[in-house]
This record gives sequence, structure tokens and C-alpha cells, in this order.
Amino acid sequence: MKAFRRLRRNFEHGVHPAHHKQQTENLPIQRVPFGKDYVMPLGQHIGVPARAIVTAGERVRRGQMIAEPGGFVSTSLHSPVTGTVKEIGNFRGVDGRFAPAIAIEADPFATQQVDAGAAVDWQALSTEKFIEAVQMAGIVGMGGAAFPAHVKLSVPDGVRIRSLLINGAECEPYLTTDHRLMLERPEALLEGAEIMRQKLGAEESVIGIEANKPDAIAIVQKHIQPGTPVRVVPLKVKYPQGAEKMMIKSVFDVEVPAGQLPRDVEVNVNNVGTIVAIADYFLRGIPLIERVVTVAGPGVTYPANLIVPLGTPVRDVVKFCGGLKPGTREIIMGGPMMGRPIASLDVPILKGCSGVLVFTEEQTARRKEYPCISCGRCLEACPYFLNPSRLARLSKSRMFDEMKAYNVFDCVECGCCTFSCPSNIPIVQLIRTAKDDLTHRKEPDA
Amino acid sequence: MKKSDPDLLLFHAPLLRQGMTTPKVMRDVLIALAPATAASMWFFGLSAILILGACIGGAVAAEWLFADRQARSDSLRDASGILTGLLLGLTLPPGLPLWMAFLGGFVGIALGKVIWGGLGHNLFNPALLGRAFLLATFPIAMTTWVPAVTEGGFLQIYPGNLALPFMQAQIDAMSSATPLGMLKFESEVTPLTDLMLGNVSGSLGETSGLLLLLGGVYLWLRRDLDWRIPVSILLTVVVFSAVLGLFDAARFPTPLFSVFSGGLLLGAIYMATDPVTSPVTPKGTWIFGIGTGVLVMLIRVFGGLPEGVMYAILLMNAATPLIDRYTQPRVFGRGGDTK
Repeated sequence: MKAFRRLRRNFEHGVHPAHHKQQTENLPIQRVPFGKDYVMPLGQHIGVPARAIVTAGERVRRGQMIAEPGGFVSTSLHSPVTGTVKEIGNFRGVDGRFAPAIAIEADPFATQQVDAGAAVDWQALSTEKFIEAVQMAGIVGMGGAAFPAHVKLSVPDGVRIRSLLINGAECEPYLTTDHRLMLERPEALLEGAEIMRQKLGAEESVIGIEANKPDAIAIVQKHIQPGTPVRVVPLKVKYPQGAEKMMIKSVFDVEVPAGQLPRDVEVNVNNVGTIVAIADYFLRGIPLIERVVTVAGPGVTYPANLIVPLGTPVRDVVKFCGGLKPGTREIIMGGPMMGRPIASLDVPILKGCSGVLVFTEEQTARRKEYPCISCGRCLEACPYFLNPSRLARLSKSRMFDEMKAYNVFDCVECGCCTFSCPSNIPIVQLIRTAKDDLTHRKEPDA
Repeated sequence: MKKSDPDLLLFHAPLLRQGMTTPKVMRDVLIALAPATAASMWFFGLSAILILGACIGGAVAAEWLFADRQARSDSLRDASGILTGLLLGLTLPPGLPLWMAFLGGFVGIALGKVIWGGLGHNLFNPALLGRAFLLATFPIAMTTWVPAVTEGGFLQIYPGNLALPFMQAQIDAMSSATPLGMLKFESEVTPLTDLMLGNVSGSLGETSGLLLLLGGVYLWLRRDLDWRIPVSILLTVVVFSAVLGLFDAARFPTPLFSVFSGGLLLGAIYMATDPVTSPVTPKGTWIFGIGTGVLVMLIRVFGGLPEGVMYAILLMNAATPLIDRYTQPRVFGRGGDTK
């Protein structure tokens, strides 16, 4: 039975949104021309914001470090363009709030040559030095969470990593950045995988790719050097196949115990984009200054896969893609299941932004909300086997403490429940409200 | 922000939805019931239309009267009131006075749904609650069964239908017993083909087993129905009757007779599966279904009534919150502790 289940390469539950990838999956990645204004928020990763090390008026070169890590869970920032630091101040961020950022004006006459350092001799580096180098390169999880990559690499003593799992699932609808990266830069992916694997001391690298990308599976497989312990595992097309715990279940058939991390089952999970960024830094000396972004959705004139310098305003990206079609109602940063809608076109592309999706009224979730009829669709969708219907009801009654008994903190907010709800109840939002209250509530002094 | 920028919506992720909506679910159930409803009209003529109309009218009237003004159109739009009326009507005897049918629909919605807080909050199935109210209030009218239309054709109306409120209802000259009644009180077995096709006396919707199954298959294909509930109810009934048959094959009904007689199919496919009043957890739905099946057989075989589907479902409705509480699914990464 167990052997049979392993064959299915699957996790239980989940949902099947239409993947809508045909718009961009066959479009080669192209480079966006340089614009004029760039804004690099200091806190574009999870954790402590970076600390600016440049001052207004200072001239910076493309690839030069402009902010250093503000702590251990923090990374550095590099200038995406050659130009002048215009201002260090508060700028509108993706979440609508004003936050400290470095504004840079590009020099229109500069060649925009990357200020690449020498390739790093990664094999000679000790593990500590390697982790520090990853932090200095500003590399974060490129899948969307933007969690500093070096933190994941810092494995406590006594914990062994057996497998490096590379996440090429890209289960979010519309997005094709990882798909294109695997097709166009398989060598870089495999080089990066080898660096990571050796530095982690892992026995093998496993690249998990959803079965709807047969071309990527074939190309990556073809480029594997004989003798390297790398294998490609096709995965069932299902959301959230790319959630790291789901993927570990699919590939290794182990459940990561609740409240623990992949390293507790001897696995380290990294996104395809992250691995390529590692290769670019250690083999070519280029820190994280740009990323691949899918611009898609029915509201954009020319959908595309683009290399966008970080800090580019969404306005410039959209303009390059022919502008917005009339009837645009929603612009999403990231995927439609876990991304975030933005209120203004002036927010910058960040390290964790895998897509800019433009929706018209038809795709938006603007529908009437009906009462919960306890149909159970959310229970059948939740990959963590929670009871979202119950959680939503409790949250609506503000019974947040009772929600702990229903394991509210195990929720990863993948959105399967809200997606499947016929009553259009914002379940994820209700759960987040409760989590927030439980985490930040101040008990009155007794 | 420029003037020419579009006005952007800000929702919380996920920003995609599947296509199903709650009113569509309700409409699907109405579609699934259409063949059985048509059959009831075929068998009972104009009376069926009048009874179903009266029930739906009562249900919608209660919905409209008690809903607050702002939510009025919403609560009517989701079609759940119409569904309650239709389901109730299908469980009524064809010769019932129309004013009783109207009252049943009204009470079903008023006491079965509105008083709990409207759609999604009720403990009991509103249609069955309306029927329980009628059975308790008008026991004679509710147990006077008439045979299917034989003469007079489609336009025939049973005389009982037109009785006025609180006047002595006319005793129907043509009254006849249902298959379950005949088995219980006269030990007479109805042929199975008649049961399947619906050529028997009984309430409007419970006569044609095959058409009810057809609607159930449609709902299952549309994923509107938790298949575990009808399957577990029917399996339990089959096993229960088979075991009884081992003791005394002559006295107890056969498994197929048990399945196709009375309101079991109507109840198992359309009423026990009401998502609001049945458990939400997969394990809970099995318990719910098995419990309903056992209760149906206990009431039919050992109770004083020939039919027990209504009380079986209502009793299991009452147990639903408890079942839900103790059958919470095992959480990912949390081993065996189901809490």
C-alpha cells in the first residue's frame, strides 16, 4: 500500500484551479530596458530590515552593496542600476504602508554594466563563510515568501541534511517564471544545485517539477551530468504542490511534524530561482539585483516573462508590456492564490515578487458572500486536514482562543479553503485575523 | 498615483474562486428533484402541483415575512426557501388539504430556519421539521393515503385538497395503504417493480425510486452531494434487513423492499444530505449515515409507525454538532492525536 502511494507522487487534498499558464509559458524571458526611478525598500524580505550604507547624493554602481544586513534574519541589498542615490526616506510599499527605502535615480548615460565581483571559490569556503556569503549576496527565497536563504542553510549542530529538494512545482496559476528559468538556464540550475548540495553535505538533489511542464522536466533531465546525484521527480498537478511540506510529502512520503521544519526530516527545500541566484553569485559574482517576473492576466496587453531589476516600479513593467487594457480592476503581486493585490502602480518589484497579474472584473473575487452551509468542501481542500469551516465560524464570533484547539496555527494560508468555498467566505482572512489577535493581543494586567 | 490609473480592488488572497456558489448548489438540487417532481405530477395529477405550490408558497412567504428588509431579496435569491418547500411537498400525502400544506411550509421555514438565524444556522432539516409539525398537528390527514390517479386523468383533484381550514376534513373514500403500511399492518408485500417505478400509493415524491436515484447521481456528478451519507444509509438499511431476513424471511422486509419503499431514497439522497444539518467531517458523515440507517430500520420494524425516515433524520440532525466535535480530522504532521 505504501509502495503504491509512493507511485502517485502526491499529497492529500488540495485544489485544482485552472492553471492559465498558456499565456506566457512559451514566451522566452526578455530584459526590461532600464528606466529612471528605482526604489529599494529596506525590508523586502522576512525578518529585520537591512541598514542603508549609502547616503543621499552618493553615486552607486549596478551591483554595489547599498544596505547591509540588520541582523541575522536579514540580508543585504545591492543597487539594481548605476546612478545616484536620490533619497533615503519613506516610500509606499506593496502592502500600502510607507516604509524606509533607498530611492535611486538611474544614470541615463551609464552602460549599466554589472559591478560583478570575482567568482567566489566556493569550494574553499568553510560552511560559516559560505552562509555569510549567501547573506551578503542578498539572496532570499525567490518563490514568494522572500525568506533569507542563508537562514535555511544554517543547520544547527547534530542535524543532518540528507536531501536538497529543489522546488520547480510552480503550482500557482498564471506564473511561469520558474518554468522559463528551468527551460532557459538548466545549466545554472544544476550548477547551483551542486553548490548547495555540497555545502549542505546532502547526499542527493531532487528537483520536483509539476507534470504540466514536460519540456522543463526533459531539459533538466538532459543536462544532468552523469555521476552527479541529481534526479528529477515529476509531480501531480495540484495546488499547493509547491508548498514545501506538501512537496516533501509528495517526493519522500513523509509528513513534516506540525511546528517543525523540513530540516527535521533531513530535507532542505529551495526554489528554482533561489538556486539560480546562488549559481549566479558563486560562479559569476553577481549578487541579487534582478529577478524573473511573469506579467500576465487578461488585463495586460502583451503578457511576458521579464528580467526586471529590483526596485522597478510596477508602472514601468506594465508600460513595457503595452499597458493596461481598459476594464482592469485588480493588480496582483505574486500568484493569485497567495499573492497580494496592490493599490498603486508606483510600488516597486521586490525580491519575492514572482508575478504581476492584471485581472479584469471577471477574475476578481468580488461576489456576494453567503452564510456557511457546512458543505465540507473546505475540509476536502485543506492540505493540512484542518476544519476551515469551523475556524471561520469561530473567528466570526471572535472566539479566537477556542481556535487554538482546532490547530489554527498549523494553517499556512495557502487559500485552498477560500478558493473552494461556494459561499465566498473569506476564510483565510478570518484565520489571519485570529492568528494576529492571538499573537499580538496584550492581556490586561491582572 | 496618476489620475488615469484604474481604480484597483484590494481583496485578501486567494484572489481566485472556483465557479460554484451556494445559490447554484441549491439550484442543482432543484434540478435533481425535477424528474421525481414530474413523476409526482404524472401519478397524482393536478393535486401534486397544488400541494407542491402551497408548500413552496408557505415557505417563501415565511422567508419573505421574517427576513430583515435588507436581506430580503438575498434570502430569496439563494433559492433555499423554494427547495425547503419542494422537499416538504414531496413528503406529503397527495390528498392533504392545501391550507395544511401551506402551513407546513410556513412553519418549516419559520421554526426550522429563520428562528435559528437563517440559512446555515439551523440544527434540524426545515422541510422535515415542517413535516413533523404537520404529523403532530393533523395526524389523520397526514396518514390518509390515496392511490395514484387512475380515472379522471391529469385534471383530477383529490377532494381532500380543497378542505377549508379547521373544518372537518372529508374522509377520503378512496384511501389506500402505503407499501410499508401494508407490510406492517396487513403483512402484504408490494411487488418490487411497482416500488421502483412508483406505481404505489404514498407521499408525492417517495413513489418513484429510480427517478430519485437518477437525481442523486446528477448531484454526485456535480459534486454537490456528500456521497458518503446516502451510501452509508442505504448500506446500513440493506445490511440490517438482510440480517433480519436471516431470522425470519417471511416477517421482515427484504433488503430491496426496504430501500425502495417509503421515503428512504428521498430522505437519504435529498434530506439527510442537507449540508447544514449533517456533519462536516468525513468520519462524521459515516457515523451520521449509519445512525440514520439503523434508526430507520428500528422504527420501521420495531416501532409503532410504518415509516421512520423523518424521525431518524431529525434525531441524527440533533446529534450532528456532537458528531462533528468528536470526529475532527487528523491534522497534517500531527500523527495519531486526533483530539
